[in-house]
Amino acid sequence: MGPQLSWYLALSAILFTIGAAGVIIKRNVISMFMCIELMLNAVNLTFVAFSSYFRDVSGQLFVFIVMTVAAAEAAVGLGIIIAIFRNRESLDVDDASVLKL
Amino acid sequence: MYETNLLSVIIFAPLAGAAINWLIGRRVRNEQFIGSVACGAVGISTIVAFYLAFKSGGALRGDQPITIFDHLWTWIQVGKFRADFGLAMDRLSGVYVLFVTFVGFLIHVFAVGYMHEDKGFYRFFAFLNLFMFSMLTLVLADNFLLMFVGWEGVGLCSYLLIGYYTDRKEAGDAAKKAFIANRVGDWGFVMGIMLVFFLTGSISFFDKSGNALQTIGNMAADPFTWHALFAGGITSVAILLFIGATGKSAQIPLYVWLPDAMAGPTPVSALIHAATMVTAGVYMIVRCNAIFMHAPVAMFIVAIVGAVTALFAATIGIAQNDIKKVLAYSTISQLGYMFLACGIGAFVAAIFHVVTHAFFKALLFLGSGSVITGMHHEQDMRRMGGLKKYMPITFVTMLAGWLAICGILPFAGFFSKDEILWKTWSVKALGAGLVNMPAAFSKSLWVIGIITALLTAIYMTRLMVMTFWGTERFRESHAGAESANAHHDHAKHHAPEPSESSWLMTMPLIVLAVLSTIGGFIGVPYALGSLFSSRPVNYIERTLEPVVKSEPVEQSSPEVRWSSPPPQPIDGAPAAFFIEGAKPGEVIPSEEEIREERLLAVLSLLVALSGIGIGWLIFQNRPLLELPSILENKYYVDEIYDAAIINPIEAGSREGLWKFFDVEVIDGFLHGLGRTVTEAGGMIRYLQTGFVRSYAAIILLGALAIIGFFSYYGVRLLSR
Repeated sequence: MGPQLSWYLALSAILFTIGAAGVIIKRNVISMFMCIELMLNAVNLTFVAFSSYFRDVSGQLFVFIVMTVAAAEAAVGLGIIIAIFRNRESLDVDDASVLKL
Repeated sequence: MYETNLLSVIIFAPLAGAAINWLIGRRVRNEQFIGSVACGAVGISTIVAFYLAFKSGGALRGDQPITIFDHLWTWIQVGKFRADFGLAMDRLSGVYVLFVTFVGFLIHVFAVGYMHEDKGFYRFFAFLNLFMFSMLTLVLADNFLLMFVGWEGVGLCSYLLIGYYTDRKEAGDAAKKAFIANRVGDWGFVMGIMLVFFLTGSISFFDKSGNALQTIGNMAADPFTWHALFAGGITSVAILLFIGATGKSAQIPLYVWLPDAMAGPTPVSALIHAATMVTAGVYMIVRCNAIFMHAPVAMFIVAIVGAVTALFAATIGIAQNDIKKVLAYSTISQLGYMFLACGIGAFVAAIFHVVTHAFFKALLFLGSGSVITGMHHEQDMRRMGGLKKYMPITFVTMLAGWLAICGILPFAGFFSKDEILWKTWSVKALGAGLVNMPAAFSKSLWVIGIITALLTAIYMTRLMVMTFWGTERFRESHAGAESANAHHDHAKHHAPEPSESSWLMTMPLIVLAVLSTIGGFIGVPYALGSLFSSRPVNYIERTLEPVVKSEPVEQSSPEVRWSSPPPQPIDGAPAAFFIEGAKPGEVIPSEEEIREERLLAVLSLLVALSGIGIGWLIFQNRPLLELPSILENKYYVDEIYDAAIINPIEAGSREGLWKFFDVEVIDGFLHGLGRTVTEAGGMIRYLQTGFVRSYAAIILLGALAIIGFFSYYGVRLLSR
């Protein structure tokens, strides 16, 4: 018996939950950032699994779009993180609770 | 009837003069340059006006009425509504343009002398030229709306020139008063124009196909009932237009601005507030005579208001001490005569009086200006006296003006005033519908007129006596003033000596004096002319007859009938009463009427002479006689207006509009809005903690809630 669709979905759900919990729990910006990436990849896994299950390529196309957006988001996000660190010398998000310095 | 662009030269020459003086004159600041531009501009208008009026085929030549047109452009065209920027010179506007340009030119020349060394010289002449432009536009306009443009233009220039001395508060106040009083009248005029368009679908005077005046002329006359006033018909139009005229021409109840307007420079008083602008109301009524002839109630009101104003202002004029104030009330009184003439349908007599009044009142005002200059800006007649020795030319010319306004035989005022009095005496019916009037109506109006004539003679004699005869009071008063200011002990050496004015000022006086003397001969009535000539010609009547002649009207309302024999043909009465074959304006009155008219002429001459006699006897001996203070205080009309209208409006504006509506309602609403937003923001602010993780948690909870909602209902849907 080969891998079932439900296996992929379960794994995806686990990954997403870890990511979501991480975003809420973690204080370090970089960790939060990685958790967001984790959630995106969990979604990608679902797309690919369904694409394979339904023999439909459009799910895989979505994955490409998600990866592109994730790459762009990584670039912008890392830029923001560097800017925050330069201004506050800290990566704790709770230190950045007010906009003014 | 033909078109020529020369007509626009008449109005645009003064406009160009105003522009040149405003743009270039203010930099050059050369009195000769500014003065010659201003006088030259009006001079061009005068020459063109005379050329167009009197060349062969001109507007005032020949037996057939000729109208000269100049259609410049179509100004507004919306649906049926059409207003042109078009000028037209017919008999009526021709007469007006002639005396406006000519008297205006003389006053411009006078003003060059009068305003000498004034720091606002260029401004004064720019405004004065702008006034000429507006006045000529008013007169030459070929439709109501363009006339209204000129009407507002003269109001604006009047405002600017009354307030010319910007460093005097009373001048600014007087300017505002004039402007606001005129606004009240202009409201009536605008409503009248709208109603005219509503009734006739046109606002043109001269359009060949269905112009406003002709259309109304073809309608049935309104009945003589009071509710016709409010019926929205011809009578309403007429009374609204008359409200406009009361504002511009200073009639009761809107006359109060004119005496205060004397705060402006004297040439302005002469040009705007005596000779030209204030007669615009008369012009408008005569232009719209077709409307008024069809509105007997309006004519009735016009006649009464005119007569009452004439008497009322004359009584005030007796007790004024400012030389210009006397002349101002005299102007109001004379304007009352003109409206009386309009009211009884004697439109030609009204215009005749406008013309002669322009001559003699401009003369009197300019003479008073000359006196004021000679007295070094003293206007109080109590500090004058004995000036005839010092200012002989001014004295002699003002003598002519004095005799003219009193109505002494060969002078201009006699003929025009007598014409009005005679027409008043003999009027038997009002309007084209010939509503019969009881004899008491015409006779009591005539009595008011003759009393006014008596009073006119008295106050003018008082003015002359106080100014030119008697002891030289300027010395004593100055000596008194100086002993009061003891520190000016050297001032006695140059106590100002009155001196004759320069030739720039005396020349116009002389010309106007000649015109005041002989100007009346253009309108000698048949009854008097026939004494000297077998075929006397009443030029002004013959000229203006086509303008005021309305078409015969079928009698539509059976209850209004005239008794037999038909009433005396007054100006504008149905043409059926003219003698067959006679030229217009050459109606030969019956023997009986001629005798009656001659008798009345002699009577009014006697009244004028006795007025002069009374004035002479009283004021020659006691020139400083105290007169009843109610007269000197102008019947407290200003105070009554203050109490009845101005103070309530002011209080209402301050307490109601400002302190309640603006401060409480508008400001309260806006401030309340701002405060609410601030407070709401202050509360909502706590939702935004700035902690990114809590936002993420909220987003997650929200997403879970939405997913939970849909899965709950989805499961229920599936399990059904």
